[in-house]
Amino acid sequence: MNPTFELDGQAISFAEGQTILQAATTAGVYIPHLCYHPEFKPHGSCKLCTVKVNGRQTAACTMRAALGMKVESNCEEINAERRALTQMLFVEGNHFCPSCEKSGHCQLQATAYHLGMMSPHYDHFFPNRAVDASHPEFLLDFNRCILCSLCVRASRDVDGKNVFALSGRGIKTHLIVNARSGRLADTDFAATDKAAAVCPVGVILPKRQGFAVPIGERPYDKVAIGAATTVRAEEEAS
Amino acid sequence: MTEKRKLRVATTSLAGCFGCHMSFLDIDERLFTLLEHIEFDRSPLTDIKTVSPGTDIGLIEGGLCNAENVHVLREFRANCTILIAIGACAINGGLPAQRNHLPLTTILEEVYHTSPGLHNGMIPNDPELPLPLNQVHPIHEVVKIDYFIPGCPPSGDAIWKVLTDLLAGREPTLGHGLMHYD
Repeated sequence: MNPTFELDGQAISFAEGQTILQAATTAGVYIPHLCYHPEFKPHGSCKLCTVKVNGRQTAACTMRAALGMKVESNCEEINAERRALTQMLFVEGNHFCPSCEKSGHCQLQATAYHLGMMSPHYDHFFPNRAVDASHPEFLLDFNRCILCSLCVRASRDVDGKNVFALSGRGIKTHLIVNARSGRLADTDFAATDKAAAVCPVGVILPKRQGFAVPIGERPYDKVAIGAATTVRAEEEAS
Repeated sequence: MTEKRKLRVATTSLAGCFGCHMSFLDIDERLFTLLEHIEFDRSPLTDIKTVSPGTDIGLIEGGLCNAENVHVLREFRANCTILIAIGACAINGGLPAQRNHLPLTTILEEVYHTSPGLHNGMIPNDPELPLPLNQVHPIHEVVKIDYFIPGCPPSGDAIWKVLTDLLAGREPTLGHGLMHYD
C-alpha cells in the first residue's frame, strides 16, 4: 500500500517522488495552477498552486509529497491569496475576454471563475504590447502573456527549437521570440510544434479558426475547471 | 403590517453601449416581480437626470472615458448606499479601454482629420462637450464599488441573481454558468 499524506483532511496516497500537485491530480483533487503542465518539469513561478504544508506556504507543483504531511489547499486563506495573484495577472496584462479568441478555453479565465474573481480589484497597468502577426499560420498576442514559460519549455525541451524565451527581470519580464528580427515568421516555429498547443491563455493562437466553436459552447463554459479533472487532464495531454 | 419600503434603484451607462441595460431588460416578466420591491430613480428608463439622496442601489454600466463620466460616477457614489459595477467595461474598461495604448491626440487626429472623407475636418471643441480622459479607466479605480457583475453583457439571469440576493439580504454570488467575463 502506498504511503499517504493529508490534503484538507482527506488521505491522498502517493508514489515515491510525486509532488503534492501530481498526487492530488491523480486522486482527482484539483489544486489551481497555471504554469504547471503534467508533461513538463515544474517551473514553480505562478504560485497559484500555493498550499500550506504543516503550516508553511509552498508551491504544490514543486514540493514532493511525504508521509504524514498535513496540506491545506481549499481554504479561504489560501484561496484569497490565489485570487489576489490572479487579479494581479489580469491587471498587469491586457485581458479583454469579450474580444479574445481563447475565451471559454482559457485557463486564466477559468481559474478566475473557480476562485470567484468578481473584479480585478487593482489598478490596471494597460501596458503597450505589440502583436506579432508575421507568421502565416499563427498569431502572437503578447497582451495576454502570464509568463508561465510553457511555450519556452515546450519549444526548448520537446521541439528542440528554442523559439521562445523570457527576457528582462522583475516587472519588466516579457516573452520574446528568438529571432534577430524578433518576429515569429523568422523562426522555424511550426503549427505541429508542442509550443503551438501549450499556451494556457490567448497568446499563441492559430489563425483563421478563432470562433469556429462559438462562445458559450467552449470547454470551460460547459464544465468548471475545478470540477473537470478528467477534462483538464485530456486537454493538458493534447 | 406596514408595507416594506421599496428600494430606490438608479442606473446609468457611462462609457458603455447600453448592452448591459438591454441585458437587464432580458429579465423579462421578472421585471414585474422586481417592481414590487424597487422603484427606479435616475435611469435611462425614467429619464430622471439626477440621483436622489438616499438611493439604495446604483447600477453602473461602462467605464470612464471622459470628465462627465467621472462626474456622474461620483454623483452616484455620493447618493447610493450600494454601488454595483455591471459589465466588462465598468469592471476593466472593456472595449473602449483598447484605445489606452494610443495617445489621445493620435486618436482625435485619426478620427477627425486623417480618416478618408474627413479632410479639413476639425476636432470638436464646444465647451459643452466633456473632455476625454487620456485613458479609459474601470470605475473601481475612482470610487469604492461594492459589487461586480462581470460579463459582456452579464446575462439577465446573472443580474437577476445579484439583485434578488441583495433584496433578500444575502451576499450576492454567481456560480458556474452565471459567472462570465465574455
